[in-house]
Amino acid sequence: MNGGPAMSGAARTVVVTGYGAVTPLGHTVDDTWAAMLAGRSGIDILDGVDVTGLGVRIGGQVRGFDPARYMPAPVRRRTDPYAQYALAAALEACEHAKLVVDEERAPRIAVVIGSGYGPVASLGRAVNTLRDKGARAISPFTPITTAIDSAAGEISMRLGTQGPSRAQSTACASGSDAVGAAVRMIRSGDADTVVAGGADACVTPIDLAGSGNARALSTRNDDPAAACRPFDADRDGFVMSEGAAVLVLEAAETAAARGAPVLAELAGYGASSDAHHWTAPHPQGRGARLAVEAALRDAGVAPGEVDYVNAHGTGTVLNDAVEIAVLRQVLGERVTRIPVSSTKSVTGHMIGAAGAVELVTAIQVLRTGTVPPTVNCHHPIDPEINFVPHEAQTRDGMRVALSNSFGFGGHNAALVVRAAPSAL
Amino acid sequence: MATNEEILADLGEIIEEIAGVAAADVTPEKSFVDDLDIDSLSLVEIVVQAEDKFGVKIPDDEMANTVNDAVRYIAANQS
Repeated sequence: MNGGPAMSGAARTVVVTGYGAVTPLGHTVDDTWAAMLAGRSGIDILDGVDVTGLGVRIGGQVRGFDPARYMPAPVRRRTDPYAQYALAAALEACEHAKLVVDEERAPRIAVVIGSGYGPVASLGRAVNTLRDKGARAISPFTPITTAIDSAAGEISMRLGTQGPSRAQSTACASGSDAVGAAVRMIRSGDADTVVAGGADACVTPIDLAGSGNARALSTRNDDPAAACRPFDADRDGFVMSEGAAVLVLEAAETAAARGAPVLAELAGYGASSDAHHWTAPHPQGRGARLAVEAALRDAGVAPGEVDYVNAHGTGTVLNDAVEIAVLRQVLGERVTRIPVSSTKSVTGHMIGAAGAVELVTAIQVLRTGTVPPTVNCHHPIDPEINFVPHEAQTRDGMRVALSNSFGFGGHNAALVVRAAPSAL
Repeated sequence: MATNEEILADLGEIIEEIAGVAAADVTPEKSFVDDLDIDSLSLVEIVVQAEDKFGVKIPDDEMANTVNDAVRYIAANQS
């Protein structure tokens, strides 16, 4: 019997030992990070999406992605792009973490993949197939392909992990909540290692129409790279984007026992709900504040110890104003002394992947001492805050980072990471 | 009317596309499940595509044995 870990009174420390990403900026963490630092935008005129009748013709697409590099034909056929991105990111993360799933470890390894919208394109195709060709033409793989747990299931099958595998769906907070769920699983002893992250492939006509009609999307169609303008006075909405990021989280003793590289400590997680409105944040940021406060408390971090914030920073009029108000409430004047950047300015909003990609970004900041910029922030809405406009900044001694994710439905999640001891 | 060789070649292409088994490996004596290792869900997809391709209604049982059995059934029942 594979028993649980020896539990002592103290909560287990959770560390990050690997990560992978597929984004509009590149198909690896290294490529994504390099583009972020350079302020190079992944947002462009949409390619291969039928924009007939749409007010939005721009987005952040994963380009040149060849699923055959990552999975055999039967898996390719039965997976939506969202799950393909997740699987590719998971494989990169496991390689990075040098994670070997053997018989002894397999039952102690879990998979949690967040997605806001899941396999939307595949579901749409299945509806059309039923209408045009009838029930007989619906593939027996359809209930797999069109399910929001398909990414987690494919990753578990590919890696051979036998701990719990599941989806986590909380709109734009899904990636952060998946990581949060992983932290809880490790602390409770349900798993020693969790492959966790987020993925979405929602640059589809339906999603663009829906969020566009909700007036949440930028319509700066004539200047895609300038469309996402977090914390800028001239912002006019977020930019729909797609991708995935997956991290390997482990109990510190599990990582140490196998000699795994520790990239950071996943110190705290907090989540909440606005209980207010489906698309608009609570005007005073009631829910967002609860989540950020809970994450800091969970991490045992005082507001004055936060060295970097990777903001949710979507570039919508409401989110950015409320997020700044919340950061001022929670961090006080500390927020005017630290860099606060939104990498959505170059990635666009990858929905369920966003929180996971931004967590990877926050860890990269702590590891390298370099902060990627918020591009297009020409007229900051709060002149006292350093939004890292236009160009990356370097800074010594950053040890704690906060990453925020606030979603439609009023789902809020915040994560706190601490630099790995070796990086201090 | 397609010959047995043509049916075999077309079936091989369908199987390669759906199950990722090389068409060249789809030879008459092989069993879909035991030799080609095609899972039950993929087999259903293969049957549906083969029905479209050959205009033949194929009972699931006809795909339970060897490639040759399927080819002969299709050849005998094609319209």
